[in-house]
Amino acid sequence: MDMITIPAVSMTPILPEIFLSVLAMALLLINVFVPGSQKSYLGYISFVGVVVAAILVGSGWGAPVESFSGSVVQDNFATFFKMIFLVSAGLAILISDQYMEREECNHGELYPLILFTVVGMMLMAAGTDLMTIFLGLEVMSVSLYVLAGFNRANLKSNEAGLKYFLLGAFSTGFLLYGMALTYGATGTTRIAKIAAAAGQMTVPSANVMLVAGMLLMLTGFAFKIAAVPFHMWTPDVYEGAPTPMTAFMSAGPKAAGFAAALRVFLVALPTLQVEWSQLLWVLAVLTMTIGNITALRQDNIKRMLAYSSIAHAGYALVGFAAGNSTGTAGILFYMLSYAFMNIGAFAVIILIGKKGESNGNVMDFAGLGFRHPVLAVAMSVFLFSLAGMPPTAGFIGKFYLFSGAIQKGYIGLAVIGVLNSAASVYYYLRVMVYMYMKEPTEDFEWTEVSAPIALSLIISVAGSLIPGIVPSVILQYAEQAIKLI
Amino acid sequence: MSDHLLSLTTFLPILGVLLLLFIPKDSKGVLRGVALAVTVVTFLVSLPILFGFQTNADFQFTENVPWIAAGPFAMHYNVGIDGISLWLVILTTFIMPLAVLSTWTAVEEKVKEYMICLLILETGMLGAFISLDLFLFYIFWEVMLIPMYFIIGIWGGKNKIYAAVKFFIYTMVGSLLMLVALIYLYFKGLNAGFTDFGLLQFFDLRLDPATQAWLFLAFALAFAIKVPMFPLHTWLPDAHTEAPTAGSVILAAILLKMGTYGYVRFALPLFPDAAHRFAPLIATLAVIGIIYAALVAMVQEDVKKLVAYSSVAHLGFVMLGIFAFNTQGITGGMLQMLNHGVSTGALFLIVGFIYERRHTRLITDFGGLSKQMPIFATVFMIVTLSSIGLPGTNGFVGEFLVLLGSFESSLRWWTVIASSGVILSAVYMLWMFQRVMFGELDNPKNQKLADLNAREIAIMVPLIALIFIMGVYPNPFIEKMDPAIQKLIARTKPVSMTAQQMPAMQGLPAGHPAMPGMSAPSAEQAAPAVANPNEVK
Repeated sequence: MDMITIPAVSMTPILPEIFLSVLAMALLLINVFVPGSQKSYLGYISFVGVVVAAILVGSGWGAPVESFSGSVVQDNFATFFKMIFLVSAGLAILISDQYMEREECNHGELYPLILFTVVGMMLMAAGTDLMTIFLGLEVMSVSLYVLAGFNRANLKSNEAGLKYFLLGAFSTGFLLYGMALTYGATGTTRIAKIAAAAGQMTVPSANVMLVAGMLLMLTGFAFKIAAVPFHMWTPDVYEGAPTPMTAFMSAGPKAAGFAAALRVFLVALPTLQVEWSQLLWVLAVLTMTIGNITALRQDNIKRMLAYSSIAHAGYALVGFAAGNSTGTAGILFYMLSYAFMNIGAFAVIILIGKKGESNGNVMDFAGLGFRHPVLAVAMSVFLFSLAGMPPTAGFIGKFYLFSGAIQKGYIGLAVIGVLNSAASVYYYLRVMVYMYMKEPTEDFEWTEVSAPIALSLIISVAGSLIPGIVPSVILQYAEQAIKLI
Repeated sequence: MSDHLLSLTTFLPILGVLLLLFIPKDSKGVLRGVALAVTVVTFLVSLPILFGFQTNADFQFTENVPWIAAGPFAMHYNVGIDGISLWLVILTTFIMPLAVLSTWTAVEEKVKEYMICLLILETGMLGAFISLDLFLFYIFWEVMLIPMYFIIGIWGGKNKIYAAVKFFIYTMVGSLLMLVALIYLYFKGLNAGFTDFGLLQFFDLRLDPATQAWLFLAFALAFAIKVPMFPLHTWLPDAHTEAPTAGSVILAAILLKMGTYGYVRFALPLFPDAAHRFAPLIATLAVIGIIYAALVAMVQEDVKKLVAYSSVAHLGFVMLGIFAFNTQGITGGMLQMLNHGVSTGALFLIVGFIYERRHTRLITDFGGLSKQMPIFATVFMIVTLSSIGLPGTNGFVGEFLVLLGSFESSLRWWTVIASSGVILSAVYMLWMFQRVMFGELDNPKNQKLADLNAREIAIMVPLIALIFIMGVYPNPFIEKMDPAIQKLIARTKPVSMTAQQMPAMQGLPAGHPAMPGMSAPSAEQAAPAVANPNEVK
């Protein structure tokens, strides 16, 4: 009888994932025994867990380590993105406590779900096999569907969860079909082997199955990163989901989508670069423009930030369309800084908001500038960073992305990008106008700033300003991260 | 210490901001005093730069520290000044204490934030003037917008939000296009073997005419919005009218100079062939600006708006002088930059004085004020005459050199038309002065107005002194600028220039040898045939 050879498996690449999964399951069990008033402790434990996971992830920087027959890898690219996911999860955990208490939502399961989402995202970034990427994507998505609809008592939250689920399931179908077609065309789902197989074709772009597979995979990823015209779910889901979950969704899963897409398109399908580069050019222009134009008309601040996150995905797509090392490193830097500035902005929105998601309009920021100057300064930092003003991290990110496009010769794309950037200034400035230049309304009560939110604000401000003034460190990490792909 | 004098001057206001943060916001007196002290100290610290400046064409007081290094990019904190930026830096540090002093009674609310904005603005402006690294310059260029936006938007007049947002977005669109051009230029430099964003090496990079044209247009657009040149000037009247006094003073005296400085420092030497190619276009827009702005100024009812349009007209002269590409033209343009800073800054201060008393700026609300406020009338008259360009005042020297220079260059017909702008400026300024200060003191609200107090006189005295000093003895100012201007002219010689045409570029009849430093008297000797276009009387 033949012995089944069990391939040598090294657990090191997935150690952070294992740790977080075990922690999440443990929290689920502990949650049963924790009384309702003390659910916050679960949050603290999960935050500590995120920090520990970050240390584990950081220790993996260096030479790549493969495992599971090459379907998972621990390389600098994965490590950088895993740090982004952990940053967004950590900040989201910090800001959810006060919100959930205010909405009187039983939030014990929230933290394990966030951790499961992070596990899924990490697998997406570390996966070097289409199946691993798909696995990670599904784990992340299912957890996110639940998180979006977490506030059961709120009708909009239910709508958000259901809408996200339906549209997400549909798009995942497209993604899977694309992966199947790619498998059909190349005979393998290993990313490195797909590249080899495609490289051996005489005219890869004439292989209809391969091109169709690429297109469908692009559709699936475009949904996840909310690129136009696959963005229709974003405003409703972002508006309806609980605000800390919106914050998390805008940063983490978007980065995860980019991580997986970068790996698939840059490593598996470089032979088709001419084709997907042009497609991404169109996608980038559409995404930036429509995202910015629709954001101009929004009054609800969460919806406005939803459309703005569509626009920011557009800027990152500019770097993706360029496909060179500058553009790709720019995407990494941009996703990191975007996590800081966007979650920071949402933290301030949570502080402004009232029970039942009222006070969600731009007008509700009126007078914040002089009633609570520190908070208003923090919000201004985030808004200027989102708008891309020096000396913030947002500017450096955009600078890098547009430089990538210019280096590749896509001058027109860069010009459209900067014009969009200028247009976006208007709606970011509008919030600042209300904060500083309008008088506050009479019934402006105030909620206390709890310690976790204060910590998250400090981290976010530091993350938005410091990489803007001395960006070399993070930029060098980003450049190193993409060397292998 | 002297190695870092420029950085010290630039970042001293930020130290002042940190100091201000600790002062409680209700102690307005302390806040004002500290802000004034910080700006005065900054001015004093900048004086050694002036006195230690060697009169040559090199960049002095340079500092070069590697800052960002990642991927293909290397940016340095590279600063330095030459003759062109020296006087602009001094102008900035000189005007700031006067602007801060003018806010004593003008701003009563949110004084702390106001002072913080003013100080951050000073750092931004100084940084932009001293940057020798293209990326660093861009950072400071954009950073300047933020405090100015807040100053207009929070402490401004009725339409402040509209004016502030318009100012911000208008300027930003231009700058962002300049960013694209900057990055493209950098990559071209990388191909040629450069390693960083340092400016000086790019002067030797002679690109092909088509590339130069696009890059020049992108840079020129950003600077044209800032100058402002017709037809991109529409943000200026709103911004000036709605801004508080100190904001208007700084906007007019210094921020507008950024645009013209940008041409002289970046657009011209980096893309000389394109600059020559587009010179007729820019000269046309400049001349239209001079005439059109003067005509619009004539029909204004709001004094501040009138002065705002006069700014457009004055800076049209500067642009005309710069694009003459000869010694007199560029010297005249640079001198006019300083003159405009002094005289228009003074004008806005004066308008601020009267606004504080009467809370109106409409000309019809005034009349006969000289009877009630004689000191004010005297000061106002002197500044008006300086703005018109009366010989003896600083305005005359600059304007005359500009017209002389551009007359000798290929822009002769433009000069002829622009000269009528001199007459027009006299028309609107003197007519405004007559309606406001002379005539019957019939409005009862005007009959009890207080004359200038000691603080206001203290603000105006240095400006009046400068008006006369620069008008009668401009040589010290011109001397220090001259080598740098000569180097600029050498850099902007188009490749196709023949030896025959070169002397004409120097503003002399063909065949004369080139003359190095030129001051106003010898300029008159060199071109005796040119009728003096500045005979206003």
